[in-house]
Amino acid sequence: MSALIFLIIFGFALTSILGLVASGIDRKVTARVQYRVGPPLWQPFIDIIKLLGKENLIPSGASKLAFLGAPLVGFASVVLVATLLWKNNLTPAQTLGGDLIVVLYLLVIPAISLMMGGFASKNPLASVGASREMKLILSYEIPFSLAVLVPVIKAGFLIRLGELINFQAQNGAVAGNLSGFIALGVALLCVQAKLGLVPFDISEAETEIVGGPLIEYSGAPLALFRLMKNMLLFVLPFFLIIVFMGGFKVAGWGLLWSVLKYVGLLVVITVIRNTNPRVRIDQAVRFFWGPVTAFALIAVVLAFLGK
Amino acid sequence: MKTIVPIGPYHPLQEEPEFFTLTVEGEKIVSVDVQVGYNHRGIEKLSEMKTYDQSTFVVERICGICSTSHPFAFVQAVEDIAQIEVPERAKYIRTIIGEGERIHSHLLWLGLAGHFLGYNTVFMWAWKLREEILDVMEILSGNRNNYGMFKPGGVRRDIKAEDIPMVLKKIDSILPTLDMLKKAVLDDPVLQARTKGVGILTKEAAINYSALGPTARASGIKRDVRKDSPYAAYDRVQWDMIVTQNGDVFDKLVLRVLETFESVKIMKECLLTLPPGEIDANLKTIPPGEGIGQHEAPRGECFHYVKSDGTNRPVRHKIRAPTFMNLPTYKSTVINQTISDVTIILAAIDPCYCCTERISVLDTKGTKLYGGEDLVRLSQAKTERLRKEMGVK
Repeated sequence: MSALIFLIIFGFALTSILGLVASGIDRKVTARVQYRVGPPLWQPFIDIIKLLGKENLIPSGASKLAFLGAPLVGFASVVLVATLLWKNNLTPAQTLGGDLIVVLYLLVIPAISLMMGGFASKNPLASVGASREMKLILSYEIPFSLAVLVPVIKAGFLIRLGELINFQAQNGAVAGNLSGFIALGVALLCVQAKLGLVPFDISEAETEIVGGPLIEYSGAPLALFRLMKNMLLFVLPFFLIIVFMGGFKVAGWGLLWSVLKYVGLLVVITVIRNTNPRVRIDQAVRFFWGPVTAFALIAVVLAFLGK
Repeated sequence: MKTIVPIGPYHPLQEEPEFFTLTVEGEKIVSVDVQVGYNHRGIEKLSEMKTYDQSTFVVERICGICSTSHPFAFVQAVEDIAQIEVPERAKYIRTIIGEGERIHSHLLWLGLAGHFLGYNTVFMWAWKLREEILDVMEILSGNRNNYGMFKPGGVRRDIKAEDIPMVLKKIDSILPTLDMLKKAVLDDPVLQARTKGVGILTKEAAINYSALGPTARASGIKRDVRKDSPYAAYDRVQWDMIVTQNGDVFDKLVLRVLETFESVKIMKECLLTLPPGEIDANLKTIPPGEGIGQHEAPRGECFHYVKSDGTNRPVRHKIRAPTFMNLPTYKSTVINQTISDVTIILAAIDPCYCCTERISVLDTKGTKLYGGEDLVRLSQAKTERLRKEMGVK
């Protein structure tokens, strides 16, 4: 299969469908937790399709290129990450070396694209949101990278995702060890922040800054941002499954087990988002640099000790 | 670098139009300007054109949340002019309605506070619980809101004896959920981190700004019309005035939650000890004179002044809603806080702009406001003109 077709089928189509379904599940579960009926499962699809047909307004004074380019950049990076992850899962042997680092870099870009769009739109609220996003990136990237270091150490300094999966296939999932388990917890908190969900939806905070970077977006660019966020809801737990939980098998009973792993992570994310208020940006930074980084360091040390 | 962050005139933060101009340095607020007046409806003038019975309904429509506070204060003002004693049973029924309203209003605020902090689960749970109390109000008055229970001299509708056990059962049924919500909210570490020490209104500042109601009580001021100058049946039942000391958002939260329990207590005791008898003093004529009515609305003291000339409609009707006094406390609470905290600080006084807005005059640049004396002069000139036109001496 040529790389482009793989990218379109797996990276874009499958991931976006799964992401939208995941978002639908998240909304439905949230609604049930809150004693509401909630939207139908396919509501995210309807939202995206509706937004695509809406008028696209560009605020006067905004930098047109950056404003319209931002959602594309973010979306493209998520599609690329998804492609790499699927490739690693389906054919672990044929991937490029060091793709873990590529994926880590690409996973920062959606947040950066939000910042870019926010600053480009010349709205004070969007600027506040973008600057909060920047602080948030600075806060969660350190523990996230440290947490991802744990499986790397465990597997004997392999930085190819395919090899990590193979290692876990032979030695059991990394999350089965103490260090791996702590690292998974740390990574999950960082994922919550990467997804921009409560308690870390600080950069969008609708009741404070009315959606932050997204305030000026409408129509297709907004649809792209929404699709990007929904895809991340699949891609980030998917990434955690690969590096911590033995990969995503697609054959036989393995598929059921893999889906259960994913749903488990999704439920944890949804529960966290429904049982917490939003924290302040300084509290978030202190939280990630304090206890979270400490736990990540402990996990790294434990991994070195072979626990 | 200073930037202006606008909150309003329409903003998801608050359900009513209002305009806060926050001048910020980074995320820190250096100054705040509040502009209200988007919601002026001329209620006072409207009330002066209606009869006393009709005015009761007009003032009930001032606020959709604390809808009974205004008629409560208004009928007391009218009764103050007429110097009549309201039947005991009517007093109890008034208390029951007033407290039911406080419960639903505080629950509504609790839900909104959760929403402003991004805690939508609390929002939905509190509002679900509020539905129960609205059902109770529907059983008692026939309406979920805008109860239409008050009239000068008594109440318009009796509480049936056969309804009482059902209502009591319903009130008891919400208590466990209320208790759970209290624990969930007050013991939540993240919620405490967000609200403790945020937007502190010191006791001194609260006195200087003449803050009212929960806003004042959270700053350690014992101020509650129900205790200070008891009316209706508030001196006939046992209840405690809740006062907390720190004046921050968390204390306001605690205070409102605890007050809800007190209101449940008052409501239950009133229902159990409801005296028999008439519900209406059959007020026929209102003599000339002036009267004031006060009621401790969920947001603080609601004050009505009514002047009568012996006809069947008020000559002057002045309304002061609690938010009018609580709004300026922003000047003391918001400065030096961050944008993230401002939303909850602004919401912490439980502002109600539609209650508050009576008049505001701007020139085309939106800057100059008429002072009090200018307004009095304008008003007198208008009355003079009207008198000439109508040929009244």
